[in-house]
Amino acid sequence: MVGITSHGAHIPMLRLPLSAIAGGGRKATGGSGEKAIANFDEDCVTMAVAAATNCLEGIDRAAVDGVLFASTSYAYKEKQAASIVAKALDLRRDVVTADLADSLRAGTTALRAGIDAVKAGSARNVLVIASDCRLAAPRSALERNIGDGAAAFLIGDSEVAAVVDHYHFIADEIIDVWRTDGQPFVRSWEDRFVVEHGYSDNVVEAVKGLLQKSGLGPKDFTKAVLYSPDARSYAGVARATGFDAKTQVQDPLFGKLGNTGCAFAPMLLVAALEEAKPGSRLLLANYGDGAEALAITVTEHAGKLRAKRGIQWHLDRRAELSDYDKYLNFRNLQPSEFDRRAGQGVSATVHFRDRDEDISFHGHKCRRCGTMQFPFQRVCFKCFAKDDFEQVRLSDKYGKVMSHTFDFFAGSPDPPLIVCIIEVDGGARVYMQMTDASPKEVKLELPVEFTFRKIHEYGGTPNYFWKCTPIR
Amino acid sequence: MNPDAIRDKVAIVGMGCCQFGENWDKSPEDMIVEAAFEAYEDAGLDNPQQQIEAVFCGSVYPSKGTAEVADALKLFGRPVSLVQNYCATGTDAFRYGVFSIACGLYDTVLVVGFDKPKDRGVSGPSAVTTGVRGLPMTPAGWFSLCAAKYFETYGAGREDLAKIAVKNHHNGTLAPKSMIKKEITVDDVLKAPLISWPFGLYDCCAQSDGAAVAVLTKRELAKSFRDDYVLVKAVAIALAENPQSDPSFDFLRWKPTVHAAKQAYAQAGIGNPFKEIDIAQVHDCFTMTELLTYEDLGLCEKGSAKDHIANGTFELTGELPVNTDGGLKTFGHPTGATGVRMLYENYKQLQGKAEQRQVKNATIALSHNLGGAPQTCGLTIVGMP
Repeated sequence: MVGITSHGAHIPMLRLPLSAIAGGGRKATGGSGEKAIANFDEDCVTMAVAAATNCLEGIDRAAVDGVLFASTSYAYKEKQAASIVAKALDLRRDVVTADLADSLRAGTTALRAGIDAVKAGSARNVLVIASDCRLAAPRSALERNIGDGAAAFLIGDSEVAAVVDHYHFIADEIIDVWRTDGQPFVRSWEDRFVVEHGYSDNVVEAVKGLLQKSGLGPKDFTKAVLYSPDARSYAGVARATGFDAKTQVQDPLFGKLGNTGCAFAPMLLVAALEEAKPGSRLLLANYGDGAEALAITVTEHAGKLRAKRGIQWHLDRRAELSDYDKYLNFRNLQPSEFDRRAGQGVSATVHFRDRDEDISFHGHKCRRCGTMQFPFQRVCFKCFAKDDFEQVRLSDKYGKVMSHTFDFFAGSPDPPLIVCIIEVDGGARVYMQMTDASPKEVKLELPVEFTFRKIHEYGGTPNYFWKCTPIR
Repeated sequence: MNPDAIRDKVAIVGMGCCQFGENWDKSPEDMIVEAAFEAYEDAGLDNPQQQIEAVFCGSVYPSKGTAEVADALKLFGRPVSLVQNYCATGTDAFRYGVFSIACGLYDTVLVVGFDKPKDRGVSGPSAVTTGVRGLPMTPAGWFSLCAAKYFETYGAGREDLAKIAVKNHHNGTLAPKSMIKKEITVDDVLKAPLISWPFGLYDCCAQSDGAAVAVLTKRELAKSFRDDYVLVKAVAIALAENPQSDPSFDFLRWKPTVHAAKQAYAQAGIGNPFKEIDIAQVHDCFTMTELLTYEDLGLCEKGSAKDHIANGTFELTGELPVNTDGGLKTFGHPTGATGVRMLYENYKQLQGKAEQRQVKNATIALSHNLGGAPQTCGLTIVGMP
């Protein structure tokens, strides 16, 4: 049996109240509630690493044979994201990596590709990640609907928690939502056209096709997990396909999360799996340039995944950012004296040499005296032995604050920059920034964990390193 | 190390210091010439082209390097070297000048410390980023890293730091060549905008342009220049582990100072620094640096700095006046010039020429720089014959 053996999610800690979007001469039409927004140091890659880390908790990372990464908002047009994610997760070097992009449907397409690979026997364990951090024009209707987040699934063939029994895929050509090369903002045609002829027509066709193919009826499903472009449109699809929108449809989390693009349906699936009982059956329907519908059966192994950091854990972990100007600054949409993307950027050769430290977050352990150190050394700090170290992964360890400062001068878009020296469990000291934290909670000995983030954007590229964050 | 190799073999016979400040209208050449010709005149060098045999320069932001000094002073046909050692750059240039005479190679040499950071277009030290892992990081961020642990361990706080700023601002009002001449209060310091906790604006030294110059000669020739020459007792430099990655650092001291003090006291034959040293110019890039330096130099017990601050031990009228000219706080910190500028103050104090800020009966004076992450400390001890 092949299917989902583990899942994880990431929702950024920050929430933008929809009321904060109003202003600038526009009426407040955002309604109530909030949406999850990536911090200034997060993007689809960092959120993918976070979701995958949650998914892989307690699992031997060396067992992962493949990474499929789905996103519509990756920074590079040429250069793969999955390989960065694989390096940050410290996976094997002979892992198969691929990006699936360009469509809101990419997340579920990746899920199918992962399942197919394991079924075909070309891989035993495939990590499937969907992550999006899309940008809409400031104060547009779309901006109120979209949120940021990621979901990750491990596909394998033992102790499977959820099995996809049936699929139905539709491909369609329609100019509904799009973003061309070089444009920062997602654009769309008039929303009633998009909902009626794009979303509803395609999803209804996919769901009906699935029901017909599988011989199942709406009553055979415990829950329908439906992608929805906004807070209302999914109800029409439920009605048209025979599902009870009030009792049978997974809460699409508008007002809490927002539409997280190609990660949205996968994240709603994680939310449904967190609550699902063994034997229950889920319908998953996704949309984008067509639609796809999946019939999923939950097994007795689903229950043990509940302890992982999933959707509910992340929804409960929140901090409000109500300053819209600051949000615009986070997204480089506010003219500023200091352009974070200015400069020559990092040296590719330095990056090449430092990848194990910077991306995989390895430290050195002296084989002679056992002293842990960071960054890598040629000569041991303590016993002065030369070149006698082994690499140790630090990213999945915890640490504590040895020293800290709050730097108002360092050009952070969210001053003050919290800078710490962290002692990683086992001994290495790392000089690093703290993120997703308020200066008020920082104190000596504060326990921290590590999170992969954009360390800066010099040269206009996302440059990644690890930061620490209080354990929550 | 042979502790006797340096002591009393080299004399300072002339010093000069240009006006420190935001010298928009002065080039490095202008400042070097201003400081060097004051030093020539002070030493009574009537023919520097013949008398100066070698030049040792210190600068962290030189635009041309050694030629900047050689071209300005037209000192050609002899060695001109440039030294860099973070904030101890000027002190290290002085150190090589001392070595060159102590070994017997030269009779008379020039030491030139200079820097012109205000030509870079940034106010204050800039945030720098290096490499892929490079944080946007500032010197204030680095030097604040002992604060949290030290405060928690010894019960000191921002108020104690503020008193150091108030003291140095006061001393600076009495120094003609300082940049900032403004008395401030503890309240001013505590209410100023935060730069990097626990440092507010007044806890940080300013950025300025400056140059300072020393004429060194061998002791046997000193009398031919002047009667009140000053002798070099010790020159020391020590590096320590990067506090950001040192696996066993305790965040209660700056180790470079502790290491360098051992060397310097051995050379100068000092056993009880608090009793034997009369004045000290120490690196007050940030107020906390000065506080830790009191202890790291052994001028007081570890943890007792705040009591001495409260008692006024290190004020101009105290038992051991520190930063008698207002320090980096009021002169600013043109990196290469600072160490030599400190020697200028000690030289004037020992000669009794420090005017309103004169400390009575000072015969042994120490100067101290701390730089890098911080990882390097430079120390000098000079005294009257």
